[in-house]
Amino acid sequence: MASTEESVAKDRFGGIPEEKLLWMLRAMLLSRRFEEKTAESYQVGKIGGFCHLYIGQEAVAAGAIGALGEDDYVITAYRDHAQALVRGMSARSVMAELYGRIDGCSRGAGGSMHMFDKSVNFMGGHGIVGTHLPLAAGVGYSIRYRRTDQVVLCFFGDSVVNGGPFHEAFNMTAKWELPVIYVVENNSYGMGTDIDRVAAVDQLFTRACAYEGKRAEQVDGQDVLAVHAAVERAVIRARTEKRPTFIEAQTYRYLGHSMSDPAHGVYRSREEVAEERERDPINTFVERLTEAGVLTDDDVEEMDREVIAEVEDAAEFADASPVPGPEEIYAHVYSDEYRGGPDGRDAWR
Amino acid sequence: MAVITYRDALNRALREEMARDDRVFLLGEEVGEYDGAYKVSKGLLDEFGEWRVRDTPIAENGFAGLGVGAAMAGLRPIVEFMTWNFALLAYDAIVNSAAKMYFMSGGQYNVPIVFRGPGGSALQLSAQHSQVPDPWYANIPGLKVCSPATPADALGLLKSAIRDDDPVVFIEGELLYNVKGEVPDGEHLVPIGVADVKREGADVTIVTHGKMVHVALQAADRLAKELEVEAEVLDLRSLRPLDTGSVIASVRRTNRAVVLEEGWPISGIGAQVVDDIQREAFDSLDAPVARVSGLDVPMHYARSLEKLIVPGPEPVIEAVKHVCYLD
Repeated sequence: MASTEESVAKDRFGGIPEEKLLWMLRAMLLSRRFEEKTAESYQVGKIGGFCHLYIGQEAVAAGAIGALGEDDYVITAYRDHAQALVRGMSARSVMAELYGRIDGCSRGAGGSMHMFDKSVNFMGGHGIVGTHLPLAAGVGYSIRYRRTDQVVLCFFGDSVVNGGPFHEAFNMTAKWELPVIYVVENNSYGMGTDIDRVAAVDQLFTRACAYEGKRAEQVDGQDVLAVHAAVERAVIRARTEKRPTFIEAQTYRYLGHSMSDPAHGVYRSREEVAEERERDPINTFVERLTEAGVLTDDDVEEMDREVIAEVEDAAEFADASPVPGPEEIYAHVYSDEYRGGPDGRDAWR
Repeated sequence: MAVITYRDALNRALREEMARDDRVFLLGEEVGEYDGAYKVSKGLLDEFGEWRVRDTPIAENGFAGLGVGAAMAGLRPIVEFMTWNFALLAYDAIVNSAAKMYFMSGGQYNVPIVFRGPGGSALQLSAQHSQVPDPWYANIPGLKVCSPATPADALGLLKSAIRDDDPVVFIEGELLYNVKGEVPDGEHLVPIGVADVKREGADVTIVTHGKMVHVALQAADRLAKELEVEAEVLDLRSLRPLDTGSVIASVRRTNRAVVLEEGWPISGIGAQVVDDIQREAFDSLDAPVARVSGLDVPMHYARSLEKLIVPGPEPVIEAVKHVCYLD
């Protein structure tokens, strides 16, 4: 964090081109407006199942993904809508997936927790806590194997650090020098359990010391520039040295764990949430950009109107998209003609 | 035709497919320097190098998941489990990740991966090292499941599994590695999902797979000699897709069936096969179908009891006599 502030003093935004600054702001605004619309659509029953919103954490996705190149990979857990959008998936395809429609990125088969888009190397959307960390290591293994200079960015939540897959993945990634950037989004709570109540070590980045101690760092996850700078360093290290990095981004989700959960209650107070909202990642970034003269309040309003229009368009598109018909039931269980079922017949025959 | 062991047939399949496609690589515990716990990967590290024959830490969930990720990013991994008992630690990677990815991504990310290793009982390995995993995987849509009984099928099925674009669970017989048999020269592929008549017979069909094929053949020989009953032994070879058509065709010829498996009876492979028979060949049956399976207990260490738990020829002969009304 300190290093970012110094460089900002030296060169207002660490040498980040204005175009990239605006891209990050727009990515955060789009994420925020998209998730607000998602909550609204969920409440009127257009979206079902488990639905985990990203509101409050936008700086992590925008800062981190903004440091990647087009050929790099992104893999994440189930709080995945914003990361999908920031990576370049269209709001239409993400919203249609949430609505369970045929024009969704996964043809309505995956829903909220399973966003995928091979065209932008967005590899899901994984619903079991920790399960995708070894997958990220495997993508890294493939990169070394194929001798390309790609990297993998792997997001996950704070609860993951207490489970086996975290350690198994870190060990292999470090030992075989795989170009994986692990970003833990530490929002302090695994569902409704304060991380301090279940983790032996509350400074999560120190967990990596057993594997790649010198390549772990902690950043303010509400500061998009700090996240961007840390991930950019990690990307360079991954491309040139093929080394993994572990970044702890300290962030905060404003809403409940999922749409089924209250924003505050037994595990955290209304006051705490209100206090965290004071350091809102979008507002603070807007202030910095306007103070520096990169854009005016009118520009921000105009950008906001644009993303709201994009989100409204996505919702209308999703609403109009057909629901999957019965012919989709067996469509992608296998990639060949075998469709499952005992000898291809249905159980009721 | 050459006569080779089941182990060498698997080794040949690995070597041929790794030479054929440089995206294919092998990973697992002891597969490299040690040549594999059962020597299936003998010589491959020297031939292909460490990025293609990767010794892993003892972390099944981790390295199985690594395989899935590598498959999503363009490779064709073969994950060896030292035994399928240890793969329970990787069940999440196999069931939640490999089997679901193509589906959850709406057909964008297929997972061309083979999970292989020995299953079933060996000799006095007791409760945690003697399990038959077949139904645990055959139950899962998104997976294909093979269980070869002979060297020729081990070779041909493993090659097909490696070329398959979906995840394949490949269950070898821990006691079959030294079994010898004729193997065709040149390219030999056995399609996944096709059963094979290992012995022809007109009086009763014994439907089985894996190690139990050999038990069925022993039983069939004794039935012919002692009772002049000619049993057809149908080897399923694959459990998903299950070749129901061949089962039904055989039962329609013989009008009687015994379904044999090494694993536990409840919700076993045999339960599915019997359901298919009663559905499709009810009118051909001259007797209710009998099932022979392992006994419904964890495996005992004591040899005296282990012998009673794993089916041998005797219970198969008894079951055949029962469905032929000879008891």
